[in-house]
Amino acid sequence: MVGYLTHHAQSLVGSIGRLARAPFATALTVLVIALALALPLALSLFVSNALSATGGFTGAVDMSVYFKPGVTLGQVQQLARNARARAGVAAVEVISADAALKEFQQYSGFGTALQALGANPLPNVLHVRPAAAASTPADLDGLRHYLSAWPEVDLVQLDAQWVLRFNAILALLRRVLGIAALFLGAGVLAVIGNTIRLEIQGRRPEIEVVRLVGGSSGFIRRPFLYTGMLYGFGGAVLAWGMVETAVLVLQKPMADLAALYGSSYTLSGPGLAQAGVVVASGLGLGWLGAWLAAARHLRGIEPRA
Amino acid sequence: MILFERVTKRYPNGREALRAASFSIDRGEMVFLTGRSGAGKSTVLKLIAMLERPTRGTVVVNGQNLGALKSRHLPAYRRTLGVVFQEHRLLDDRPVFDNVALPLVVAGASAAEMGKRVRAALDQVGLLGKERMLPNELSVGEQQRVGIARAVVGKPAVLIADEPTGNLDPDLSVEVMKLFKRFQDVGVTVIIATHDLHVVHEFGQRSIVLEDGQIQGGAETPLPSMTATR
Repeated sequence: MVGYLTHHAQSLVGSIGRLARAPFATALTVLVIALALALPLALSLFVSNALSATGGFTGAVDMSVYFKPGVTLGQVQQLARNARARAGVAAVEVISADAALKEFQQYSGFGTALQALGANPLPNVLHVRPAAAASTPADLDGLRHYLSAWPEVDLVQLDAQWVLRFNAILALLRRVLGIAALFLGAGVLAVIGNTIRLEIQGRRPEIEVVRLVGGSSGFIRRPFLYTGMLYGFGGAVLAWGMVETAVLVLQKPMADLAALYGSSYTLSGPGLAQAGVVVASGLGLGWLGAWLAAARHLRGIEPRA
Repeated sequence: MILFERVTKRYPNGREALRAASFSIDRGEMVFLTGRSGAGKSTVLKLIAMLERPTRGTVVVNGQNLGALKSRHLPAYRRTLGVVFQEHRLLDDRPVFDNVALPLVVAGASAAEMGKRVRAALDQVGLLGKERMLPNELSVGEQQRVGIARAVVGKPAVLIADEPTGNLDPDLSVEVMKLFKRFQDVGVTVIIATHDLHVVHEFGQRSIVLEDGQIQGGAETPLPSMTATR
């Protein structure tokens, strides 16, 4: 048992040593793997950032209910109570015409121009937020019909269309991400498999001797599996570093852009979970690629006599 | 210990290297396999080491019928053998110690045990103190002795050698053969394929003569003191 663990440690150290002795070749292989892993990681970051930039789905489908001129705030508050009682409604907020005007004066920069107006041109408004569980297009349509059926209501504005489109785009991107991950994962397998194949060929005399003195297939395979995992690990760490660097470089201009839209949104890099997934994928693909190459190419190597 | 029963080996190119060859070798015996090049000497050793399988016939080593040996048990079987080649087949990028230790590493020996046994094996072949040198820093004779140390470090029951003196001058050849004799003295079964009849006569062990894939004239036992084996 101790000998077995010792051999594992020796295989790992030996693999590290072998990789370090050919730094240029190792760096090239690791770089190729890193690029193949960085692309899906960047894409998944794009999706998660797009989600957080838009604040998710539920917050985005507020309905604005504009009342006709002359409808009193009292009537509006009564209707708000009715709306709150309805199933599928999460929250209802009353924005009086006066409050809306004050806010508009404050933020729009038209303050003095608005003061020139004799009367408040803004209507009373309700913000109705559907419950997350009742946010399907059909639910939203039903709620919109209910609200616009009130005679006091002038217009019900539902900004769901862009949300639906946006979500469709995100779903598409996730699918693209899946396909890209699949293809690039296969690419990583091929790169590692081919590298291990070359190494097996280069170490043929040694493998023959080890077979001759009674080395089992597992024993012979082990250093190659460690080499594969090291490639995968190195590639994954480099991929993470590249994406993290890209995020750091983009953070400032992104924040500037967001500020112009009045948002305090900042680009976020790969979290611990995403980094963990990338490293685990690198290790797994490295192991698998090496295992496939070893299974295929070690079989043919028998000692000559 | 080793039994060949009507063993025929036909290679894929159609050449019959062995034709219904039968012989046996006792435990602890030292035997020379002689005959011209191509007579089948190497094939006998390959069949013992399971580098080849017979086309027909039965090979039994140490009570184990090799025809029934499953390939997953092959590594364990090979650990009971020591094999020496004409070209030493050492790993040039590793020091003598690592080369000799390889069978122990493969068997999962502890570091302490490894150090002890590698030094013991190197001591037996007279190379103690050269364990940190690389194989190509050694003379041809020394390299061959490192190969022998590697073959015996795992305390094999059977030691097989294919033309171990083929690259050595007569003096070195005798020295190497004396080494093999010492392993026989401690109970190892030793089989040496050689065409060096001078050495064969000098050591006076039984020889099995192969000609064209067949055993010639039964087993010779040149020394009267040797117990005849069939």
